[in-house]
Amino acid sequence: MHPALQGLVTIIIGVGGCVGYFVLSNYLLDRFLLPARAFSAEQTAARRKLGTIFLFAIPSVLIAIGFLMTDALFSVQGFLWLVLAGALILGLWRLNDFVFGSGATTAGRNISRANMIRPWLFLLPAMVALGLYLTYPVFETFRLSFTQRIPGGYEFVGVDNYTQMMSEPKFWEAMRNNMLWLFVVPAMSTAMGLIVAQLTDRISWGNIAKMLIFMPMAISFVGASVIWKLMYDARPAEQDQIGVLNAIWVSFGGEPQQWLTLPIWNSFFLMVVLIWIQTGFAMVILSAALRGIPEETVEAAIVDGAGPFTIFFKIKVPQIMPTIVVVWTTITLTVLKVFDIVFAMTNGQWGTQVLANYMYDKLFRANDWGVGSAAAMVIMLLVTPILVMNVRNARREMK
Amino acid sequence: MDNIAGTKSGLTWAVHLSVAFLVILWLFPTVGLFVSSFRTADQIATSGWWKSMFPAEQNLVIRAAAPDTQVQQGDLYVIEGDLFEGRSAGTVSVWGISSRAIADYKAGDTAELNKGGTITVNPDGTYRMENTEEFTGSRGQRVFITATTPPEFTTANYESMLLDPRNSEGMTKAFFSTLTVTIPSTVIPIVIAAFAAYALAWMEFPGRALLIAAVVGLLVVPLQLALIPLLKFHNVIGIGKGYVGVWLAHTGFGLPLAIYLLRNYMVGLPRDIIENAKVDGATDFQIFVKIILPLSFPALASFAIFQFLWTWNDLLVAMVFLVDSTGETTVMTKQIVELLGTRGGNWEILATAAFISMAVPIAVFFAMQRYLVRGLLAGSVK
Repeated sequence: MHPALQGLVTIIIGVGGCVGYFVLSNYLLDRFLLPARAFSAEQTAARRKLGTIFLFAIPSVLIAIGFLMTDALFSVQGFLWLVLAGALILGLWRLNDFVFGSGATTAGRNISRANMIRPWLFLLPAMVALGLYLTYPVFETFRLSFTQRIPGGYEFVGVDNYTQMMSEPKFWEAMRNNMLWLFVVPAMSTAMGLIVAQLTDRISWGNIAKMLIFMPMAISFVGASVIWKLMYDARPAEQDQIGVLNAIWVSFGGEPQQWLTLPIWNSFFLMVVLIWIQTGFAMVILSAALRGIPEETVEAAIVDGAGPFTIFFKIKVPQIMPTIVVVWTTITLTVLKVFDIVFAMTNGQWGTQVLANYMYDKLFRANDWGVGSAAAMVIMLLVTPILVMNVRNARREMK
Repeated sequence: MDNIAGTKSGLTWAVHLSVAFLVILWLFPTVGLFVSSFRTADQIATSGWWKSMFPAEQNLVIRAAAPDTQVQQGDLYVIEGDLFEGRSAGTVSVWGISSRAIADYKAGDTAELNKGGTITVNPDGTYRMENTEEFTGSRGQRVFITATTPPEFTTANYESMLLDPRNSEGMTKAFFSTLTVTIPSTVIPIVIAAFAAYALAWMEFPGRALLIAAVVGLLVVPLQLALIPLLKFHNVIGIGKGYVGVWLAHTGFGLPLAIYLLRNYMVGLPRDIIENAKVDGATDFQIFVKIILPLSFPALASFAIFQFLWTWNDLLVAMVFLVDSTGETTVMTKQIVELLGTRGGNWEILATAAFISMAVPIAVFFAMQRYLVRGLLAGSVK
C-alpha cells in the first residue's frame, strides 16, 4: 500500500477511533450505565447483575491476552499480569458499586454520578498517552541508567554508567559546550529580540520587518544547518570564495578558514544558527509585552525629561522583566535539547559536542544504552529547576 | 510636547536604518541558499551567489567546430560557428588559443593558428577559421575566451530532485513520507487534547489542579528521555519502527502543549454561555461539541500550526522511531542530513533539497502567521 494512502487510512482510523471512543463512551454512560431517570430496587438489582458479568468478563480477557503474549505462566511478566488483572477487578468492583448502588435510585443521583465519571472519560486517552509516552520513560530511563545490556537482558551495575561517563573527556567537552550554549544563546536571542521589538515598535513597516525576522522559526534546524553551512563554506585561497563569511574575511586580507573546524570558535558559529532562529520567537513575545506597558508611565518619564535610552532601560525593561524571564527560560529549554544543528553541521567533531548529541552517539552509534540513559538523566537534571519553577508559577496563577 | 516629537524624529532615521540592516542580515542567509538552488553546479562552485545577480566575467574553454564541418569558399577552406552555441549568450572581451596566453587577442582580432590558417573571434562569440589548405585532425580548435555572461538561472536542479524518477537522491519519496508522518501526528493529538482540555477547564473533579500541574511539568520533559524506553515498548507490542510508532510518539510528545494551550484558551470562554446551555439541559458532551469546539477554533489552529511545523521539521523522532535500514520511509530532514554527509560540496543538490523541505513550512508560516503568534503568546509558560 502506498504510504500516502496508508497515512490517509490511519488518519481515518486514528481520528475516527478517537472520536468514536468519546462518542461511544459518553453514549454508554448516558444511555445504559446512568440514564437520567429513577430505578426501583428490583431494576437496580438486575442492572447490577448485568454489570457484574461485564466486570468479570473484561479482566478475564485481559488475563488471557497477557498469558498468550508472555507464554509463560509463572514468569515475572505472568505475575505482573495477574497483579494488574487483580487490581482491575478490585477497581471495577468499586466502580460497579458506585454506578449501580443498591436499592432504589433517583434520577438526580444518577445524573450527579454520571457527571462524576465523565471527566475521566474525557481525560482517559490523554492520561494514557501522557503516562506512557512521557511519564513512564522518565522512570524507565532512570532505571536503565543503572543497568547494562547483556545478551538476553539487563544486569544491574550500580553507578558504573555514571562513573564511566564522568571519565570520558567527550562528556566533559559536551558539558562545557552545553554550559556555553546555555549562557550565550538565551542571552543573545533575548537581547536581539528585545532590540528588534523596541526598534520596530513605532515604525510604519515594523510588522513586515518583524515578519521577516520571525520567518526562520518556520525553517527546520536541518534546513538552517544547510543555509549556514553555505555561509561558512571555504574554498582554497586561489579560488573565488562562495561562503559569505570567507568572502568578507578574504576581502580584508585574511586566509580562507574552515570555520567549523576551529576549536572554541566553531561552537559559536553553531550558536549563531540557533540565535538566528530563536530571535524571532523572543521578538514576538517581547513585542507584545512592550505594547502592554501602560502609556502613562512612559509619558511621565518623557515629561520628567528622560531620553529614549533612559526610558527603554529604566522604564520599559523593568516592567517587562517577568516576560524576559519567560523568554529566557523557554529558549534555555530549547538549548538543552539542541541536537539537530550539531548533528547536521559537525556531528560533535572538532570539539563541538553537546549533551543531546553525545547521548544520541551513545544510544545509537555505540549502542550503549546504559551510558546513553545516564546522559539523558543529566539533561533531565538540568531541566528540573525550570520544571519546578514552571509548576510553581502555574499553581500560583490558578489560585 | 513639540520638543518630544523633535527628539523622536532625530532618531527616526537611525531606527529605520538599523531595522533595515537587521532585516537584511536575517534574510541574507536564506536568500543565499534560495538563489543557489537556481544556479548550476559550475556557477555555484566558481562564484559567490551574491555575484549571480550581476553579469559575470568568466573564463571559458570552448572547442570550435571539428574540421569535418569545413566548407570550401573559392580558394579558402572555412569553418564558421558560434562559440556560445548551446549555452547562454555573452560578450567576448579577450581571447586566446593557448592555455598559457588566454588573453592575447581582443574580440574582433585575427590570430594565426599553429597548424596554419587564421581564426577570428567576434564580440558576439561568432568565429571564422580560414585556411588555404584543408583543416586536418578530428577535433576542433580550442579557444580560450574571457566572456561577460548575463545572470542566468535554471530550474534544472528542482527538475532533477523532484521529477526525475531515476534519481535515487530525489526528494519526492521523502516528501510524501514526511507528509505521511505529519498529518496524523497533527490531527490525532488535537482530538485527544481538546477533550482533556475541556475536562480540565470546565469540569469539577478531585485532582484537577494536580493534573494541570502535571501537564505543565510534562511540558518541559526532554523527549530525549523517551527514546529508548519507547523504542523498547514499540518492539514489545510489535509495531517496531514505522509510521504507527512515529505517529504515537508525536502524539505523546505534542499532548502537553496541546492540552496546556487549549485549556488556557477554554478557561477564558464566557461562563454564561456554558451555564445557560447546562440549564437548558445540554450534557457536557453536547456543550463541548456544539459550543466549545467552534469557539476554540483560534486555539486549535494555533496548536495545529505548531505541531505541523514541529513534526515536519523534526529529525530526531523520525530517526529513532521511523527510518529503518532499508531507507524506504526516510523523511526529508534525514535525507538532507545524509546528503550533507555524502554530497557535502554539491551545493546545487543540497540547496535544492533544503528548499524543497522548507517550502511548505514557510508557506504555512506566511499564510497562518496570525495564529502562530497568538499560540506563542498563549503557550509560553507565564
